[in-house]
Amino acid sequence: MSGRLLTPVRAQLVARTILWSMMMLALTVLALVLWFVLRRGLQHVDWAFLSQPPTDSGRSGGIFPILIGTLEVTLLGVATSAPLGIGTAIYLAEYTKGGRLTRAIRFGSECLAGVPSIIIGLFGFVLFVTTLGLGWSILAGALTLALMTLPLVIRTSEEALRAVPAAYREVSLSLGASKWQTIVRVVLPAALPGIFTGLILGLGRAIGETAALIFTAGSSLPHQVPRSLLDGTRTLSIHFYQLAREGISADHAYATAAVLVLAITVINLGSSFAMHRFMRRYG
Amino acid sequence: MRLADKTVERTLGLLALSSILVLLSITFFIFKEGAPFVFRVGFANFFSTEWHPTAGRYGISYMIVGTAAVTAGALAFGVPLGVACAVVLGEMAGQRTRELLKPAIEILAGIPSVVFGFIGISVVLPWIRLYLGGPGASGLAGALILGVMILPTIIAISLDALRAVPRSYRDASLAMGATEWQTIWRVVLPAARSGILAAVILGVGRAVGETMAVVMVTGNAVQLPLSPLEPLRTLTANLALEMAYASGDHRAALFATGIVLFVVIVGLNTVAALVRSRLARPASRARRARSRAITTTETEQIQPAVTP
Repeated sequence: MSGRLLTPVRAQLVARTILWSMMMLALTVLALVLWFVLRRGLQHVDWAFLSQPPTDSGRSGGIFPILIGTLEVTLLGVATSAPLGIGTAIYLAEYTKGGRLTRAIRFGSECLAGVPSIIIGLFGFVLFVTTLGLGWSILAGALTLALMTLPLVIRTSEEALRAVPAAYREVSLSLGASKWQTIVRVVLPAALPGIFTGLILGLGRAIGETAALIFTAGSSLPHQVPRSLLDGTRTLSIHFYQLAREGISADHAYATAAVLVLAITVINLGSSFAMHRFMRRYG
Repeated sequence: MRLADKTVERTLGLLALSSILVLLSITFFIFKEGAPFVFRVGFANFFSTEWHPTAGRYGISYMIVGTAAVTAGALAFGVPLGVACAVVLGEMAGQRTRELLKPAIEILAGIPSVVFGFIGISVVLPWIRLYLGGPGASGLAGALILGVMILPTIIAISLDALRAVPRSYRDASLAMGATEWQTIWRVVLPAARSGILAAVILGVGRAVGETMAVVMVTGNAVQLPLSPLEPLRTLTANLALEMAYASGDHRAALFATGIVLFVVIVGLNTVAALVRSRLARPASRARRARSRAITTTETEQIQPAVTP
């Protein structure tokens, strides 16, 4: 800062330029990623691709059974983490007043959120696939995904519950309702849109998951729609991984990636927009 | 009625313990599968540099080096870029621009790691091969891809940290005639530094744990990467590549690799949680003392000019 070469005003200009160009660089990378996947992928996505089973190990045909398998695994996964996550959130938001237990619960949830999906997959493999004998199946994959989405469900549900104004609870309690009646009849209905949005967000997270599912849901190519929860399936992202890594079919890899990225983007943007609106309603 | 309420509270309390329970059972199962093996073959074997499962050599040293190298590279790209984005979003952009830009970060966060890996294979690897030489699949490719992948984590948590800095800090600085950049650089960033540190630590956690993208772009050769252009194998890649067909000691060795990963990640999360809990306090005593000191010096400097 010696001399007058770099006056505060110039420094300000330089800093602004550098920071904004870094922001632009990040946005450009994102735009390139989307453009790259969608440009080559979308032209191969048509009704036949979505509605037919794959043939010739994915070189031709479509992705229909994979779509259904993905939906089953992810919906079942989120449905399993929902009661656990919402219950935890109710406990954290309505019952505890800080203290050591709350801190431990919160730390546990944050820590679980940071555990890499491959480790969760390893755990799912030992517990669900071998110890409980579920084999490579939709059920084992879904239970593993439930553990992955649990922290997200806890966090979003707790935020939704905390967004409900205290006045709602006070009115209900002053009318003689018990604490549980207040929660079930007043707080939960008011927080429901937010909680639901959190679950959808968890679904978006689950659809993109690969590492946790390779050893739990299996990766053999299904030729027909899975019939039972104990059937193995390949999810969209695993199918894409196999196509891309084995170099089976570039066109089909791009098309699968386009479906995957579009689905996740719509889910993420939609739910974060809904969450924003929900939070503003009580803000 | 009161009894029912108590029962409900207990049940919810039990549910709330689920995440801790999951964490504990992950620890239990992974240690159960891997730890006896490590004690049996010995630490010397497990931390040696030779990974030949068929010959009974289970050394993971080069993979630890590989993970460390890729992570360090990812931080070199991701941290400056991420913090810069957070500063732009939190301090410089107007309300309108911010609401346009924030969804972009969410889209980036949602892109699955396999898609990043695929882009690595089809764009980054050929590019490296063509312009920098080497096989393409390399630590550099992994670092570039991971650098982008940790951006959402770093941006989101740094942004939280910037938000936590009280508005009065900025007002005071601007009121004394500091420029916007001086305020950011000397007041806001120092005040937010523990939160930004937590962002970096969690970014490290993401980079260390990332699997699919890394498997696809780093080449996976078990060797000491002497240059960024050489292929390497990370701990996570080792699990993803060999778990499907491993059995017996080989499988146990992979679980032991998992133990190393798990311990590192839980350690990082613990440090991040500690750093962040410090952030929760509005202004530490040290910070308040410093701002008092600054006020005094400024007053002293101004006074001679004012009094004749």
